[in-house]
Amino acid sequence: MAEYNLKTPLSEEDVRKLDIGDIVYVTGTVVTLRDAGHRRALELLARGEKLPVDLKDLVLYHAGPVVKKVDDRWEVVVIGPTTSTRMEVYEYEMIEKTGLRMVIGKGGMGPRTAEACKKYGAVYTIYPGGAAALQASQVKRVVGVHWLDLGIPDAMWILEVENLGPLTVVIDSKGRNLYDEIYREARKRIDTEIYPKLGIK
Amino acid sequence: MNVVDVEKKLLEATVKLIEAAAVWLPEDVEKALLRAYEVEDNPGTRSFLRAMLDNVRVARERRLPICQDTGVVMFHVAVGDRFPFTGLLPSILKRATVEATMRVPLRPNTIDVFTGRNPGDNTGRYMPWIDWDFIEGSDTAEVTVLLKGGGSEVIGRAKNLIPAEGLKGVMKYVIEAVYEAGPQPCPPIVVSVGIGPNVSTAMKLAYKGLLRPIGRRHEVPEVAKFEEELLKAINEIGFGAHGMGGKVTALDVHVDYAPRHPATLSVAVVINCWAARRASMRIYPDGKIEYLTHPHMTKEVA
Repeated sequence: MAEYNLKTPLSEEDVRKLDIGDIVYVTGTVVTLRDAGHRRALELLARGEKLPVDLKDLVLYHAGPVVKKVDDRWEVVVIGPTTSTRMEVYEYEMIEKTGLRMVIGKGGMGPRTAEACKKYGAVYTIYPGGAAALQASQVKRVVGVHWLDLGIPDAMWILEVENLGPLTVVIDSKGRNLYDEIYREARKRIDTEIYPKLGIK
Repeated sequence: MNVVDVEKKLLEATVKLIEAAAVWLPEDVEKALLRAYEVEDNPGTRSFLRAMLDNVRVARERRLPICQDTGVVMFHVAVGDRFPFTGLLPSILKRATVEATMRVPLRPNTIDVFTGRNPGDNTGRYMPWIDWDFIEGSDTAEVTVLLKGGGSEVIGRAKNLIPAEGLKGVMKYVIEAVYEAGPQPCPPIVVSVGIGPNVSTAMKLAYKGLLRPIGRRHEVPEVAKFEEELLKAINEIGFGAHGMGGKVTALDVHVDYAPRHPATLSVAVVINCWAARRASMRIYPDGKIEYLTHPHMTKEVA
């Protein structure tokens, strides 16, 4: 397990060196999108239109912040990851079409995302869910916001962050998924140790 | 104090109660997280627990919500038969929810199922949710608020087992639920189990179990032993904090039960995330307030 401090834009080399279990801190630009934002982004790209911000070599974050407006400036009150499994249906295409290098979320993602990470050079990382006040202190500035018609949590927030982390690599670009391995070991322990000890069949 | 003054005071006290739940993790939960940090040796898991504990501190110091998902506002009221202000409480709890949504702030989380409309203030049909218990011979009311996050609801479930499956069947049902939930409900989790004659009573008992502080065992020794066995088994699964691998998947397991029907054995499981946010206050018949989970707050409303 290694620890890295990475700066955006991320290079393919930056993410190819990462292994599952590695800890990463990111400085630079991250862009938030949840379910509705993914859907809109892919619709625009399918029509050959551009996104409000080019995601190439940037970081996509599954998050919906609590924000407030001070004068005409947005401030992040707290922010944290939402469960990524809901975005599994969109993420292969997002990685393929935008060239983004890193996804941040929580709860894990599936085989299609892992396939895209391997093919295009990207990683899926997690931030500890529920640590929203700490993370707000790592957001330096709201650079911009688009698609507010989707509602505040689902809008596209462009954030400047400093040492955002600790992030753990759950899917690397080599086809490994940390959670698949943890689940496999858990199943084995339940069936071969826990149930026999409790007399459960 | 006249009724108008009492109403004003209780409203402010309830807004503060909701704020306390959102920004200050109860001491029993924080201590359990600290114990988890001490026993884990996987560096990744430890770094996550460290971040979670740092977060608890930052949230407390800056009065910020611990998690951006400030949850569904759920009240539990244990009201005495001689408590004089019972009739005021439903409206006070609702108005306090609206007020706290603006002031804390809370994320507006109530979406009407049929219109898709979010009123923006965490109210709606039956919302905030209020459960009542009736306490004979008491002249106080104990109000607890739970801010129940959405991610940890992903695995809440209930089932009618065949009575022949027995308590081993209950245990298996709970372990499989925790396994399937994996990292999604933000472990280390609190697991609460209800057993009863039907899924309704079982689920009601399971939710009530979330009010119990971490580390407090059931008063019936057999149930306490069952809780300990289940906690040990769940922690042997090995998920650890956020599924990073580790010894503490659950901070605690709470079990409660009602008698079963000869033909049934119903079980319900609910899970709370590590940010198990709850706050309780006692209201006295003279309008005095005592905060039970957050005693330092008592002087703020004196």
